[in-house]
Amino acid sequence: MVIGEAKPVAEILEMIKDFKKVVVAGCKGCVTVCNAGGEKEVAILASELRIARKAAGNDLETLEYTCERQCDPEYIEPLDDLVKDAEAIVSIACSVGPQYCTARYPFVPVFPGLNTMSIGGALEHGVWKEFCQACGSCIIGDFGGLCPITRCAKQLLNGPCGGSSEGLCEVGKGSIPCIWQLIYDRMKNLGQLHKMQEVKLYKNWSTSRDGGLRTTIREELKQ
Amino acid sequence: MTAEYSAGSRLEKIFKSGQKALTGECGPPRGCDVDHFKHKASFLKGNVDAVNVTDNQTAVVRFCSMAASKILLEMGVEPVMQMVTRDMNRIGLQSNILGAAALGIKNLLCLTGDHQSFGDHPQAKNVHDMDSVMLAHTVKTMRDEGKMVSGTELQGRPQIFIGAAANPFADPQEFRVIRMGKKIAAGVQFIQTQCIYNMERFRKFMEMANDMGLTEKCYIMAGITPLKSVGMANYMKKFVPGLDVPDSYITRLKGVPKDKVAAEGIKIAVEQIHECLAMKGIAGIHLMAIEWEERVPEIVEAAGLLPRPVVD
Repeated sequence: MVIGEAKPVAEILEMIKDFKKVVVAGCKGCVTVCNAGGEKEVAILASELRIARKAAGNDLETLEYTCERQCDPEYIEPLDDLVKDAEAIVSIACSVGPQYCTARYPFVPVFPGLNTMSIGGALEHGVWKEFCQACGSCIIGDFGGLCPITRCAKQLLNGPCGGSSEGLCEVGKGSIPCIWQLIYDRMKNLGQLHKMQEVKLYKNWSTSRDGGLRTTIREELKQ
Repeated sequence: MTAEYSAGSRLEKIFKSGQKALTGECGPPRGCDVDHFKHKASFLKGNVDAVNVTDNQTAVVRFCSMAASKILLEMGVEPVMQMVTRDMNRIGLQSNILGAAALGIKNLLCLTGDHQSFGDHPQAKNVHDMDSVMLAHTVKTMRDEGKMVSGTELQGRPQIFIGAAANPFADPQEFRVIRMGKKIAAGVQFIQTQCIYNMERFRKFMEMANDMGLTEKCYIMAGITPLKSVGMANYMKKFVPGLDVPDSYITRLKGVPKDKVAAEGIKIAVEQIHECLAMKGIAGIHLMAIEWEERVPEIVEAAGLLPRPVVD
């Protein structure tokens, strides 16, 4: 899923400082699962913004709504009634959400209320980690099912580099496992260590964002 | 290995003559102070066979390795131009390979480079379109097949002697030699190792390299960095991943009066040089006297490595 993290309230307050009435829009998709942009977070953020503005002697009115998803135009539509009375929108979906709002409301300012962090998953309660960079051409089958593009700081395809020490990457002050150590251990478990002797050559990055904005088309589903 | 030269650099000729080679290192400054760079390089001239020019090492911005290599050429010093894949994609890298060859630079060291989080611009974007293994393969393909990564034919092939680094002390230990083997398979002709302090572990690394036949296919140079002070030894031990400086060296440095620490550090380096040169499969020494270039003549003299070989 897409992992999001709330922006500092001060940053959001700065974005909306010129407005008196804003919509705070959440999303019931990924960001609900990672506790960053669901119904509960909408209520908390709206209340924090109101309290801060009240304390500053500049009252703010908030309108709250949490969309089924913000990555489908039809689920943005329910915001129409709220938006017509508001001066701006703060979306706390992943960054797809604010852009869908922007597309639907050409004359209403839209601001992101969270930072989109990664495509990842939960490791434990309150901890999420990145697992994919959406390079558009998955190669993890060659690496024991682990992704060196995302999880190696240098995106090596012929790792590990000289900075792998006791299972840890030299980047991240001991907080990041060396993915190449994990790949090595995994290949050993699978009896495929010999495959690590193969020289891996150039990756085709044209399927990644390097090739320009990506559009995925499924002809059989198109209407 | 054949007597035919792939690039005909002085370094390649010395290796192929069967003599032990000696390379030094000279880091360009964090500015464009050419005189300072030339001053440092002047201590290396005649005392080593070729001089590595670092490419924004530890991800700290310095003047570029190609310009510095050209300056060395003008001084009559043979450069080993270092090139990292951190800052350029395949377009930039190939362009620089061709540019370097056009300037007469004949030795290239293919590296991935230190992560930018260690440098002076931690907010920079990195590239990593390629890694060091691919870069070596690129140079070889350009030189031997006259083609770019894309398959485009070159007009004029770069005559480059291809080098890379190896760290025998990182993990997983048993994979370090295999990874060096991958670099050699990709086209690397000479290897310079990370600074060696743990001689025992290095000895094992070389035994494995010999057993795998890698020393028959590639010239391996042992990396030696003299310890200037107790502080430097402790820093290397604690903060440089995979660099285990044995306590015995630190005890030795601590055991001499303060004004004799540097001399003791040089003494240790000279012992290490002799020990490495005696190992089977070692084709030379890469002496990295970091910001200590002025002591290189003395170290090389003490190690009995002068005069340097003369080649045509």
